[in-house]
Amino acid sequence: MSAAQAASDEVLIARIAQGDRLAMQVLYGRHHVRVFRFGLRLVRNEQTAEDLISEVFLDVWRQAGKFEGRSAVSTWLLAITRFKALSALRRRKDAELDDETANAIEDESDDPEVAVQKKDKSDALRRCLTQLSAEHREIVDLVYYHEKSVEEVAEIVGIPENTVKTRLFYARKKLADLLKAAGIERGWP
Amino acid sequence: MTAANKTIAEDSPGELEALLPWHAAGTLNARDTRRVEEALARDPALARQYAAIQEEFAETISLNENLGAPSARAMQKLFAAIDAEPARRGSALHGLSGRIPQFFAALSPRTLAAAGAVGALVLLLQAGVIGAMLARDDGSHSFRTASYNAPAAPVTRGLEAASGPQALVRFAPDARVSDINQFLDAYRASIVSASKGGMFKLQFGGESAKDFAGLLSRIQSEKIVNLAVAAQ
Repeated sequence: MSAAQAASDEVLIARIAQGDRLAMQVLYGRHHVRVFRFGLRLVRNEQTAEDLISEVFLDVWRQAGKFEGRSAVSTWLLAITRFKALSALRRRKDAELDDETANAIEDESDDPEVAVQKKDKSDALRRCLTQLSAEHREIVDLVYYHEKSVEEVAEIVGIPENTVKTRLFYARKKLADLLKAAGIERGWP
Repeated sequence: MTAANKTIAEDSPGELEALLPWHAAGTLNARDTRRVEEALARDPALARQYAAIQEEFAETISLNENLGAPSARAMQKLFAAIDAEPARRGSALHGLSGRIPQFFAALSPRTLAAAGAVGALVLLLQAGVIGAMLARDDGSHSFRTASYNAPAAPVTRGLEAASGPQALVRFAPDARVSDINQFLDAYRASIVSASKGGMFKLQFGGESAKDFAGLLSRIQSEKIVNLAVAAQ
């Protein structure tokens, strides 16, 4: 995201704090897809992810006056999304598989092997990315897809910067393990 | 074996090794970018790991881009919820008083500085023009105040009625200022003083003052007057 857009986002937030509905529509149009995708990768349910973005932007509407501009608006949005997603996962409980159970089952799935049968490295890599734990998925997405710096990831996830670096390192090692189990060697680690 | 290479085999990443994903995403600062690039140039193992990271980077983007987008339902739900929110006090600022600060907030510091400089220049020019006009004055036009052609007779209501009769008047508690002003105008009266008990000493002038007893009777019958008596 450019510095100009970041500044423009801050102007929108200031207008939203004054109750400007049009500014809300612009901000929504600009960020809702990324917010949705980040939420969807965490909750793994489209319906829940759609509910999430309504909740996230409603929070923005209510809290815009408290936004101090110490971080980018997009970082603030992702932090709210993460909080809402984790709350939604906790609410899910018995109705659906909780995230840890889902991860445990997925780790034993045959999907990577299927990918190998297809001899498609990219496909296998994408499949393995979905096998990562929620903790690892979010950090991979934040760094690669949402282009967040070490400091911004630390703010969104609420962990120290050094932990951000090591957590991504371990996420990548887990990814390499999954690929290796699927018969794909990449020369690292 | 370089320092960066040495750490690859260990559980914890080396300092520069840990930064490789951010280098792939282009979110490192200039200093770290340069350090990582130098390390990649001298360390083949680090370069191999970076190649793997670039694959992860590309596939993560591809994976996310294929997740699609939310339906219009999400937006409808959001704005229905916003409409149900209580009216915001700040929305009253949508008028001029609200837009002025917004207008200045939207200007860049450079624009604000330029506008300030132009404003200062205009003030200087204005001061110069006024100074020049005063300097051109040859002295034939003496400085005149607003009272230069003041008439000999005072025009204020109080002075005109200085010799009229006086009365003590107490106005009704619900009498408005506009009512009292109207009353004073109608009777050509002025307030001489006010006492703590809510009594005002009024002085009356004009034709109404000639029959003072009748005048007091008329004043007493006014809705906004509770009491009216002749003052000593």
